[in-house]
Amino acid sequence: MSAALLTRPRADWRGGTVLMALLAPILLVNVLTFLAPVINLAMLSFRGSGPGGSIQEGLTTATWTSLLTDSFYWEILLGTVWTSLLITFLTLLCSYPVALWVSRLGARWRNLMMVVCISPLLVSAVVRTYGWMILLGDQGFVPGVIRAMGMTPPRLLFNETGVIIGLTEILMPYMILSLLAGFGKLDRTLEDAAGTLGARPFTVFRRIVLPLSLPGLLLGCLLTFVLAVSSFITPKLLGGGRVVLLATEIYDQAIVTLNWPLASALSILVLVVFGAALAVYGQLSKLVD
Amino acid sequence: MNTLSLPRIAYGVLVALLLVFLLAPVLLVFPISFSADNFIAWPPSGWSPRWYVALARESELLLAFRNSVVLGLVVTVLSLAIALPAAVMLVRKEFPGRDILFSVFTAPLLLPSIVLGLAILIVFVGRGLVGSWFGMVLAHLTLTLPYALRVLATGLKTLPPAVEDAAGTLGARPFTVFRRVTLPLMAPALIAAGALSFLVSFDEVVISLFIVGPQLKVLPVSLYHYVESRTDPLVASASAVLILVTLLLVIVVERAVGLRKAVGGGG
Repeated sequence: MSAALLTRPRADWRGGTVLMALLAPILLVNVLTFLAPVINLAMLSFRGSGPGGSIQEGLTTATWTSLLTDSFYWEILLGTVWTSLLITFLTLLCSYPVALWVSRLGARWRNLMMVVCISPLLVSAVVRTYGWMILLGDQGFVPGVIRAMGMTPPRLLFNETGVIIGLTEILMPYMILSLLAGFGKLDRTLEDAAGTLGARPFTVFRRIVLPLSLPGLLLGCLLTFVLAVSSFITPKLLGGGRVVLLATEIYDQAIVTLNWPLASALSILVLVVFGAALAVYGQLSKLVD
Repeated sequence: MNTLSLPRIAYGVLVALLLVFLLAPVLLVFPISFSADNFIAWPPSGWSPRWYVALARESELLLAFRNSVVLGLVVTVLSLAIALPAAVMLVRKEFPGRDILFSVFTAPLLLPSIVLGLAILIVFVGRGLVGSWFGMVLAHLTLTLPYALRVLATGLKTLPPAVEDAAGTLGARPFTVFRRVTLPLMAPALIAAGALSFLVSFDEVVISLFIVGPQLKVLPVSLYHYVESRTDPLVASASAVLILVTLLLVIVVERAVGLRKAVGGGG
């Protein structure tokens, strides 16, 4: 791989200046609003914060020290990871049967159902979260159905339950897409062969379908987990301010408390969680292969 | 093979229920938008178009809608204008560091928008870019350019270079080849990249929330603040309109290239 990269034919530099001119605009936007701000963010976490949102001169590890020694932030970190893992697991449970079903449809129906499954992605997060407020609110759809069955509905909105239900649904399209990409490798004749050889349907699923779908499953879990950790709108609205996660805390520190060094450090923490998730994914992928 | 057995029926019911779960929040917006009630309740006590009438009078949301459309259009045009030459260079020319550059240009997609939003806010504040149109366009371009670049690069890769070579052999100059051969063949990719850029900009809420400032209104942020403070069916009618507009755009893209290719396309 690397050898191929090294021996690639050298560029023809006739168009060198043209090349630079045509790449300059995208490079400029990238540097101005991505590279420079992110580097600045990382550096800001090593500055101290003063009263009224001011930022003190000189480098210090005070922000990091106070962050890492405060049990409040450890609770937020662990709570975010735990909630996101739970959401990932539930999303997988809800998505797997759908993806398997879609993958077995005829070509025409499969394409149509795929569009149906990913169509919620095209609706704004605010709108979909609002839809969940209609469903879960005290006078909403789900409590109404529960009351009609003669039971007392539990509180579903403005607490962690609401956030978990809402995010599970909102992240399902990503999981379904990843699973479907994995199912592409699944050959129906393998299952038929196993069935002909006397394997019962559940055995076929456990021994053939599930192992072959593991790469797509792992990718879907990584994607869902990462999106759950970074989600902000849904926890903020469905949690009603009572559910504190890393993303909501970053926003509150940045906009309400105006402690930018702390908000920056928390942002870096999110990226560390991302890195850890990627590392776990890498290890699990190796195991699967 | 396709006999109806009990497990098969149970599996079908399970899939149907899960699909209902997946689509319910989007679909329920439509009946609620015709509610006659003052608050969200199911079932509504009566039906009426009153919230659509109220929406038409809600000047702040209308202004925000207009701003979002203008912002989306400006961002779309700029995205195509910036990403197209970049895609041509990155796909057609070979030069050292090409793969790295492509990764760097698509990297903003990997960053959570809450982190990117904060990072941009901190840089923008000292330079008076918060709440300005220029700042908004710049921030949205950060998000739309990676999508546009990926879709256009995929579109270019699937074009056979032989067609361009043929035109060149017949005496056409490079720019003429690009204008007369490459560009028309890329029309589907351009439509997909444009529609995607518009949707991403039009729907973006977290980054806008950070840098929109108190004066400039954009629709997702205004809706967010509305939902945060009030729970009446007005947002349902606004959502219904938004969903229909989005659906229209999606049909255009689907006709042009196929949705799956447009969203999932990439190298």
